[in-house]
Amino acid sequence: MNIHGIRAIYHFEMARTFRTLWESIAAPVLTTSLYFIVFGKAIGSRMGEIDSVSYGAFIIPGLVMLNLLNESISNASFGIYMPRWAGTIYELLSAPVSWVEVVMGYVGAAATKSVILGILILCTARVFVPYEIVHPGWMVGFLLLTAITFSLFGFIIGLWADNFQKLQVVPMLIVTPLTFLGGAFYSIKMLPPLWQKITLFNPVAYLISGFRWSFYGVADVNVVMSIGMTFGFLTICLIFVWRVFKSGYKIRN
Amino acid sequence: MATENSDYIILVQDINKTYGTGFQALKNINLEIKRGEIFALLGPNGAGKTTLISIICGIVKATSGIIIADGFNTVRDYRAARAIIGLVPQELHTDSFESVWATVKFSRGLFGKAPNSAYLEKVLRDLSLWDRRDMKIKELSGGMKRRLLIAKALAHEPKILFLDEPSAGVDVELRHDMWRMVRDLRAQGATIILTTHYIEEAEDMADRIGVISNGELIIVEDKEVLMRKLGKKQLTLTLRQPLGSIPAGLSAWPLALTEDGQSLVYSFDTQKEETGIAELLRTLSDHSIEFKDLRSSESSLEDIFVSLVHQPKENAS
Ligand SMILES: Nc1ncnc2c1ncn2[C@@H]1O[C@H](COP(=O)(O)OP(=O)(O)OP(=O)(O)O)[C@@H](O)[C@H]1O
Ligand SMILES: [Mg+2]
Repeated sequence: MNIHGIRAIYHFEMARTFRTLWESIAAPVLTTSLYFIVFGKAIGSRMGEIDSVSYGAFIIPGLVMLNLLNESISNASFGIYMPRWAGTIYELLSAPVSWVEVVMGYVGAAATKSVILGILILCTARVFVPYEIVHPGWMVGFLLLTAITFSLFGFIIGLWADNFQKLQVVPMLIVTPLTFLGGAFYSIKMLPPLWQKITLFNPVAYLISGFRWSFYGVADVNVVMSIGMTFGFLTICLIFVWRVFKSGYKIRN
Repeated sequence: MATENSDYIILVQDINKTYGTGFQALKNINLEIKRGEIFALLGPNGAGKTTLISIICGIVKATSGIIIADGFNTVRDYRAARAIIGLVPQELHTDSFESVWATVKFSRGLFGKAPNSAYLEKVLRDLSLWDRRDMKIKELSGGMKRRLLIAKALAHEPKILFLDEPSAGVDVELRHDMWRMVRDLRAQGATIILTTHYIEEAEDMADRIGVISNGELIIVEDKEVLMRKLGKKQLTLTLRQPLGSIPAGLSAWPLALTEDGQSLVYSFDTQKEETGIAELLRTLSDHSIEFKDLRSSESSLEDIFVSLVHQPKENAS
């Protein structure tokens, strides 16, 4: 195992993040604050409690997930797309690193960044709404697992994309809608029966439900299902990355 | 795994490369690079030099064939093989916002070496980059970026260094620095493979030369042998009276008349025992052709190269 290699990639990626620290933090913190002002205070005050949780507190896990998914994908996809675009990938390709090590470096850094961001959003939320975390261990577990899984997913997008637009297409056209429709801002139980069934095909719904369960002990779907789905998606992403590297697809022409 | 023949540090065996476009860039390349030599790979644009280097370094997958670097198969034992190879690519691919220091540190780590600031400092000093170590890469000039790429390639103390057209866009001073450094590296036991379009450079630097054209390796030879083998000498005679044409009695000689009719050029093979000069001079005097000056010149590698690339079969055999 080329530990020095993994560390080099990880540090390189983290340094990139810290160079744009303010942009990386300011934007999500600001949008989260806006959500809380609009949904938490203005609209939330007129909404009843959901599963005996105030609306402002109810949306926190969903909001964190929304940011976590988007940040993980964009960090990791950008991280591997940049060297492809700039041509500096030659160094990575000629280095004695295996695909596992490359993935650990890039995905590790992207996941780290989005976990930090998730925590930051939780802190911001605390300013607006009081909340408690019933299962803090599980909360951290979901946070890490989701960050890693979606960073891996982002990494795949970064390998696949051949222009900057494609980098943004998947998060914008797929992940954001899935998050909104996956119950980030409502309980699935509030939907008509047919839509409840359809929502069960949305993998993000399981993530949000599980994550919310770790906060308030209530869930739309069984927690075991949530954990299973997350691991399932992680496995699919891993297999995919493995196949990409095996075939040299789009990297080693 | 030890090399069977440790005189050779790189063995290229039956390498073929057909790109996704269907274009065959390399045709059955076989090449051995000797340990500790400076090898120059020459060839016109698009000949396949970069493709061959990229395959050895693991950037491009060969369609078929194998490569052994210091006893390690570059595909099966890629870790061991790549750890001892450094590459300075033809294109100036660099990051923008990283500092010079951060990027050489990154390269060293990426190639699996423990940090060693003293060594990296030496590399940067040798390349006159030490004073610029805190600069962002995008603030460097093109020539400085080239130096930085060399520094990055050397960061992990490779045994084999590939320089793909290192002197493109580089001023005379840097070129001299670079060649001095290459010689130093060789003196320390490294093997260097370079491509260049400046033939004087190959003539100056290389121990052996390979010529590649249209994806085929036409010739591989010691520089001296190559020049002797293919080198032709020319004797130029400046005439007292210009000639309109070569007299019929001299038609058996390989002579050429310059356009102005002022000089006769006699080509002869340096390998032959008899140059025929004495006899030619006698014959000329028989024809009452007088000359006021005579001068001989050796064909340069460039002439050899041009003749090779234009008639590969004939000259290589
Ligand atoms: N990725 C690619 N896809 C398709 N064809 C390619 C690719 N890369 C190179 N080629 C083709 O392969 C041939 C060899 O290219 P290569 O870059 O190896 O040449 P070269 O000898 O390094 O030339 P130069 O002196 O211009 O650097 C060229 O005809 C080139 O167009
Ligand atoms: Mg080239």
